Amino acid sequence: MSPKTLYDKIWDAHVAHEAEDGTSLLYIDRHLVHEVTSPQAFEGLRMAGRKVHAPEKTIAVPDHNVPTTLDRAKGIENEESRIQVEALDKNAREFGVHYYPVDDIRQGIVHIVGPEQGWTLPGMTVVCGDSHTATHGAFGALAHGIGTSEVEHVLATQTLIQKKSKNMKVEITGKLKPGVTAKDITLAVIGETGTAGGTGYVIEYCGEAIRDLSMEGRMTVCNMAIEGGARAGLIAPDETTFEYVKGRPHAPKGAQWEAALNWWKTLYTDEGAHFDKVITLKGEDIQPVVTWGTSPEDVLPITGVVPAPEDFEGGKVEAARRSIEYMGLTPGQKLTDIEIDTVFIGSCTNGRIEDLRAVAKVVKGKKIKDGMRAMIVPGSGLVRAQAEEEGLAEIFEAAGFEWRLAGCSMCLAMNPDQLAPEERCAATSNRNFEGRQGYKGRTHLVSPAMAAAAALTGKLTDVRELM
Amino acid sequence: MEKFTKIQGVAAPMPLVNIDTDMIIPKVFLKSIQRTGFGKNLFDEMRYNRDGTEIEDFVLNKPQYRSAEILIAGDNFGCGSSREHAPWAIADFGIKCIVSTSFADIFFNNSFKNGILPIVLPQEQVDVLMKDAEKGANARMTVDLEAQEITTSDGEVISFEVDAFKKHCLLNGLDDIGLTMEKADSIKSFEDKAAQERPWV
Repeated sequence: MSPKTLYDKIWDAHVAHEAEDGTSLLYIDRHLVHEVTSPQAFEGLRMAGRKVHAPEKTIAVPDHNVPTTLDRAKGIENEESRIQVEALDKNAREFGVHYYPVDDIRQGIVHIVGPEQGWTLPGMTVVCGDSHTATHGAFGALAHGIGTSEVEHVLATQTLIQKKSKNMKVEITGKLKPGVTAKDITLAVIGETGTAGGTGYVIEYCGEAIRDLSMEGRMTVCNMAIEGGARAGLIAPDETTFEYVKGRPHAPKGAQWEAALNWWKTLYTDEGAHFDKVITLKGEDIQPVVTWGTSPEDVLPITGVVPAPEDFEGGKVEAARRSIEYMGLTPGQKLTDIEIDTVFIGSCTNGRIEDLRAVAKVVKGKKIKDGMRAMIVPGSGLVRAQAEEEGLAEIFEAAGFEWRLAGCSMCLAMNPDQLAPEERCAATSNRNFEGRQGYKGRTHLVSPAMAAAAALTGKLTDVRELM
Repeated sequence: MEKFTKIQGVAAPMPLVNIDTDMIIPKVFLKSIQRTGFGKNLFDEMRYNRDGTEIEDFVLNKPQYRSAEILIAGDNFGCGSSREHAPWAIADFGIKCIVSTSFADIFFNNSFKNGILPIVLPQEQVDVLMKDAEKGANARMTVDLEAQEITTSDGEVISFEVDAFKKHCLLNGLDDIGLTMEKADSIKSFEDKAAQERPWV
């Protein structure tokens, strides 16, 4: 047999039907659902008199619209947001899928809840009407975002019509330097490939620096595969993965665990397997990075300066000019001179316990800058509970952070957590698009440690100077 | 789904690269539980001032492009979120075809589900079409899906590639779910086999 990549193996294990031209029906093991991209899909089923094909493989949780303030038991003020969450509530119960409502301690961002509850397992296919489904690739699961028509298709048939993507390898060799995190890796890769560099590919991340990451870090790396244009990001499962999965509520137990483990251990890229594209970065060359523009590819080391439009070529010249103007920056300005109004820590990219620990390490015993608006939004109710148990919440509150309830919050600002026009934010989330965090809001993407450093100094800051 | 066979219409030029889904339809409009009515908010923040008045120099506000049916766009169109509200807004506005050097994967797939034909062409050919589109309302292009050809207002013919299955669905306005349900037996036998091999799933 010819050697296969990890992607080839998972793909082959899930093809339910293949047409002559390669168009395949890919069987879906886990379908995650949230309130924004699902109402029209459930309505479509209802109109056609169809059922959910496999409700036991479907998991729903509201996350985008939910308020994260401590008084959220009062309900959702915005009528449209409330209707959307109520629609999910109704649909989940009517169609009989697994459901974590707003008042359940397990509620949170769908991509944090899935792994936390053991729904996400190695070798699975996982989809969700959400582009950051790529997160689950950290387990060696083939996971990607789909549109609402495809959500309806998966609900009705538990399959997706797909053509296979190409294979791309992203290798991060060696060790990371102190102060450099998974977020810096994933941003540095996008800086290297561009936001369209991964289009048409599934990326497998590998190399010593990836192996050394915790599951939380691996999820951060895979989460942003979509920002590089890739359909999905994957990391081969290993002892770190198995250790994380074992004992989770929906992970296999007993003899089934042993059987699963035996298969999971075969999920790696064979020696000599073909990759259509290979990118290699040295771990020790990666620095703490920050985005300056309005595309995740606008990445520079924190030690850099704002570029000039003329530094670019082709269509990017005009895009850079527009970004610099939108962001209110001046070419040549040092990134560490950029003053910040707000710090947002959370999201499916960086809302896990390890991210919060990294923040606590930087801010312990210190105060955030006077006048700074700084919020920490845990990725799930369970992350929040754990952070409280570990004493992190006390550190945050003593430093002056708002300590919120779980949700997507200011990552995309569908709930009341939004930036005002021209308000400048250091955010641990994943997109710095125009208007993403609020109309005319300005976003700089950073790691949790860098966000913490910015909260203390009031400027974009090289966290290594505070260590 | 509406069929797509052949259109002849005005093409609007949007040379900006990385036009993302937040630009196409900002998240404040994602709260609807319907599939329709998004067209008026297409490109909302680029198209309107905060008070709701139109921004004059935005391409789709110019008289010659107000009824554009084709968009010629910069690289990596539709990057960002999986929101199908983006193609819903585009279709609702009346745009049926988008040409670029590349599209984000999820947006590309979502387009076909909504009767929109996204066409990928090399930079030189996109440049030709961009120039043609910049001529304004008199530059009507023809997009013929059956023949896989675009004809510029000058009569220049450019061929394009399209996935055969997606073409078939667009030409006939076919609903994917119905097609897949015809393969219910394959799905059932896959499930039986998977239950043996990976019972923990």
